[in-house]
Amino acid sequence: MNFDDTPQEAAFRAEARAWIQANAPKQYEEELRKSSLGRTVLKGANILEVAKAWQKKKADAGWACLHWPKEYGGRGASPIERVIWQQEEGPFGKLSGMFIIGHGMCGPTMMAFAGEEQKRKCLPPLASGEKIWCQLFSEPAGGSDVAGLRTRAERRGDEWIINGQKIWTSGAHYSDYGILLTRTDPTVPKHKGLTMFFLDMKSPGVEVRPIKQASGQSDFNEVYFTDVVIPDSQRLGAVNDGWNVSLTTLMNERMSIGAGVATGFPELFEFCNNLMLGDGPAIEDRSVRSKLANYAVKASGLRYTSMRAISALSKGERPGPENSIGKLVAGSMVQEVAMYALDLQGAAGVLSGPDDAEVAGKFQAMLLRAPGTRVEGGTDEIMRNIIAERVLGLPGDIRVDKDVPFNQIPTKGR
Amino acid sequence: MNFDFSDEQKQMRDEARKFLTEQCPPKAVREVLDGKAPYDKALWKGLAEMGFLGVAIPEEFGGAGAGHLELCVIAEEMGRANAPVPFSSTVYLAAEALLLAGSEAQKQKWLRKIASGEAIGTLALFEGKGNPSPKAIKLQASGGTLTGVKKPVPDGAIADFAVVAARTGSTGRDSDISLFLVDLKTGGVEAKSLTNVDPTRGQAELTFNNAKAEPLGAAGDGWSILTQVLDRAAVLLAFEQVGGSDRALEMGRDYALDRIAFGRPIGSFQAVKHMLADMYVSATLARSNCYYGAWALSTNAAELPEAAAAARISATQAFQHCSKNNIQVHGGMGFTWEFDCHMYYRRANATALTLGSLSYWEDQLIDRMRKKNAA
Amino acid sequence: MNFDDTPQEAEFRATARKWIDANAPKQYEAELSKSSLGRIRLEKEEIVDVGKAWQKKKAEGGWACLHWPKEYGGRGASPIEKVIWQQEEGVYGKLTQPFQIGEGMCGPTVMAFGSEEHKRHYLPKLASGEHIWCQLFSEPAGGSDVAGLRTRAEKNGDNWIVNGQKIWTSGAHYSDYGLLITRTDPNVPKHKGLTMFFLDMKSKGVEIRPIKQANGMQEFNEVYFTDVVIPDSQRLGAVGDGWNVSLTTLMNERMSIGSRLATGFPEMFEFCSNLMTDDGLAIDDPATRSKLASWAVKASGLKYTSYRAISSLSKGERPGPENSIGKLVSGSMLQDIATYAMDLQGAAGVLTGADEEAVHGQFQQMLLSSPSMRIAGGTDEILRNIIAERVLGLPGDIRVDKDVPFNKIPTKGR
Repeated sequence: MNFDDTPQEAAFRAEARAWIQANAPKQYEEELRKSSLGRTVLKGANILEVAKAWQKKKADAGWACLHWPKEYGGRGASPIERVIWQQEEGPFGKLSGMFIIGHGMCGPTMMAFAGEEQKRKCLPPLASGEKIWCQLFSEPAGGSDVAGLRTRAERRGDEWIINGQKIWTSGAHYSDYGILLTRTDPTVPKHKGLTMFFLDMKSPGVEVRPIKQASGQSDFNEVYFTDVVIPDSQRLGAVNDGWNVSLTTLMNERMSIGAGVATGFPELFEFCNNLMLGDGPAIEDRSVRSKLANYAVKASGLRYTSMRAISALSKGERPGPENSIGKLVAGSMVQEVAMYALDLQGAAGVLSGPDDAEVAGKFQAMLLRAPGTRVEGGTDEIMRNIIAERVLGLPGDIRVDKDVPFNQIPTKGR
Repeated sequence: MNFDFSDEQKQMRDEARKFLTEQCPPKAVREVLDGKAPYDKALWKGLAEMGFLGVAIPEEFGGAGAGHLELCVIAEEMGRANAPVPFSSTVYLAAEALLLAGSEAQKQKWLRKIASGEAIGTLALFEGKGNPSPKAIKLQASGGTLTGVKKPVPDGAIADFAVVAARTGSTGRDSDISLFLVDLKTGGVEAKSLTNVDPTRGQAELTFNNAKAEPLGAAGDGWSILTQVLDRAAVLLAFEQVGGSDRALEMGRDYALDRIAFGRPIGSFQAVKHMLADMYVSATLARSNCYYGAWALSTNAAELPEAAAAARISATQAFQHCSKNNIQVHGGMGFTWEFDCHMYYRRANATALTLGSLSYWEDQLIDRMRKKNAA
Repeated sequence: MNFDDTPQEAEFRATARKWIDANAPKQYEAELSKSSLGRIRLEKEEIVDVGKAWQKKKAEGGWACLHWPKEYGGRGASPIEKVIWQQEEGVYGKLTQPFQIGEGMCGPTVMAFGSEEHKRHYLPKLASGEHIWCQLFSEPAGGSDVAGLRTRAEKNGDNWIVNGQKIWTSGAHYSDYGLLITRTDPNVPKHKGLTMFFLDMKSKGVEIRPIKQANGMQEFNEVYFTDVVIPDSQRLGAVGDGWNVSLTTLMNERMSIGSRLATGFPEMFEFCSNLMTDDGLAIDDPATRSKLASWAVKASGLKYTSYRAISSLSKGERPGPENSIGKLVSGSMLQDIATYAMDLQGAAGVLTGADEEAVHGQFQQMLLSSPSMRIAGGTDEILRNIIAERVLGLPGDIRVDKDVPFNKIPTKGR
């Protein structure tokens, strides 16, 4: 048991490190290092431009989408090489935020279901960051129940006409393309009447409206479709096979190894180290220590769980199911950490202004963002279902809508 | 990165599991639970024959000369089987203290006997309520003899020898404490069995009355050696706790799949499913923390104190959580003596306190992280 | 808002207090005050004997089963008078434990469904404690799912022949009568084929075996029925209507207002106030204080929730559903408190001997008994369902066995 690289891994790491050392936008390093939770913001620069420039540079030198085949803009690297790259990229990896959905979900779906010509055309600019992609699955009527979606696509000759509404679309306002899941047959059970497409986000009839979140920020959008035309050539997979296509996308969403989930622990530990309470430094208080210890072992548990997965990759094995716990644990932990950090500030904990609040209102922002973390990309409850069913082998929930035509499923609880 | 046990180590785990499945079924554990025997002697002999008692003891002292990673693997299986033998006191505490501080002669004498199953050892540290602390040690050493009372001493009533923490100074510093080795069969020590929440593992009170003792390690080094012993034992015991957590989780999962209520397996109700998913989460966090502890232990890394505390806390929480909710999943049947659930519940809550309480280790962890941070 | 009695209540309280003062078996007061959790035991006497004597005395003085009509052995008291009596009876109320199931569940069921003749014959003796009753509902195959029971009753002329097994029967070994629910028709859906009876526990073919619990005690029994004969006249309610009859019983089980649930908090507070740790009094430690405070507000929350219910009774109103939280909160609280009390004792916390530690192994016993508090009389999960469904009005779990003949319902999960 050791944490050492194999000789090949060491060589790869050295090469990556040297290139990053020579090419990374160092002027932003400090700022990126500090921004840990929630949206990454740069003070004197437009993050979108900085990110696109860094992605382009990486692509030109063969460091973008490492695990993709070379012909689609990648490097044909192994999974462990990808992890090593992420480790070396460090804080500059935060610049990839806006590409994560394109690279992690849209790209793999295109790779699995698009024609060869489309792949050669669309994937390289996606890899190089020239084109940004978004994912249009969630709807007001279908959150955890993705297949409950109602956006209609109706065939008209060689085209499809789209009407409906999507929600929770990250980056829709700066995206060039989107993958879109629609209902093409409402008379069959819900999983059987869906079809997947990709579309140009600048198509006439697409309207993007930002959502103001409970935290006051706007990271997501609603996207409205009014008679939007999509050529049939942009269909992914067979008509009415969209549910299976979407599983490829969603699997990729939940299998990101090595991407450390934020737990809030390092921030809280540092905060408690520096905070003076009435009786001395917070970290000397027994009740603070007890809480910190509990958070510490969760954070380290997640860290070493992810290292076990990395280790499997390094040996060319498929990682076990352990990694599925990451988001579930981290989500509520961030929320608890934030609440406790506010508690330690006493009445002043309510202040959130960068000048008034301790550590620039970091924990206040964390508190307000945290409920979203426990919902997006699979709620805590869905994550528990996934662990119970896929890992422990327990039965699925009883589905009352399974064999019912979609248009006969009730739409209101009462 | 190779953050995993090797194929050989995994093979050893499979062997240990097979051996314990055959030699230590719940029925055997119940013999001790019901007070028919103080521990499972046949199993103890079998463990010696398999080479498990001396797995981390060097060959020159009669052991298998493998290492601590191998011992971690065995420990996990011991916890899984709820083995009713003095493994943790003999192997994690007594043997580790000897390995760290024993003279050549002491190691030749006692480690050999441990590996062969001839001697049961223990650590006599606590003197009533409280956690590990040099201040709490009152037992006096003078002129090569010890006088005072130790309790609880794990497996104290069946042990052949004990490593004893004694007071040899009164400066108020850690160096007031020294360790001694006492052959419990030579007189001067009276052992009294004490009832405890886990009858499958004995606890005793040892009264030393001018008992003959030989120093273990240098005078005044006692506390520093003890700290290291406790850290090592924390990692090893954490593996037992992880083994127990996994077994409790499996029992709950199996019952949830088999048991029908309201016409469905109870594992199809989210209330039960989610309870089991949360048990899996605790067990996984604990296992990962334990792996890190195993790495630190096997490489004697500077990170060991922090890694040991994290493994200990995480595994204690996981075992308590999994064992109590395993009963909950089983419902009323889980609360019967006849079902095995309570044996894990008892073991979980007893191991939570051996080596000091959860609160104590929480405090230790933050102390250690803070020191590292300051450095 | 106040905690005062109305003039009538005050008068009733004074009468009750005076009577208790003159008649209670004071020699057991100290012993009864100490025994707080788990089974109540007296050093030199059988609790059933002392309990019977006290109950008899109360009955003669008109203080037994206060809220029952006079003709059935009660006093015809109002609900608030019953609560006042319980408050005044105090520690002696613990002596009524063997009668609780009879008084709280069997009695009301007989009152609702027995013939006038039966009521006049059986109820006064039940009220006076001369006859102890038990309840025979739970079975190995039907725990939370009570209606899944399999004990058969087959009609034979004017009699019924009963075969099967019950489990978790408190006090079966000292009971004179039992309330028994059976399956009389396995060919109809499970709730529809049940019938309720009462029977003499000394009938031929009734065999009682104690169950050894996880904590080593024996408080419950298995009861086996082999060709037990019950006259049809002892049927309660119509044939096939047993489920509705049982609801009367179960409703009464879960609606006991004013009977305090043990939370473990008073014991814990006292323990921490006296415990010297390495660093001083436990109660001076911030970590301990933080935990104590959390438990304190749970305990007081339960207490005042029950006061709110008492207040409704005092005004002649029906109490709200709040009281249903009691057992759910106190069950896991007991378990947490026991665990932490042992933690505070350090390594010596494992010891259970009566003379080992200051508190006579009280918390160790609490730890070992507490799992049953989360199961008996409705598991935590069932109680959450009840709160969600009956209080919050959420839909019930999907029942796959609702319209299925009982003998077609699967009995094994795999």
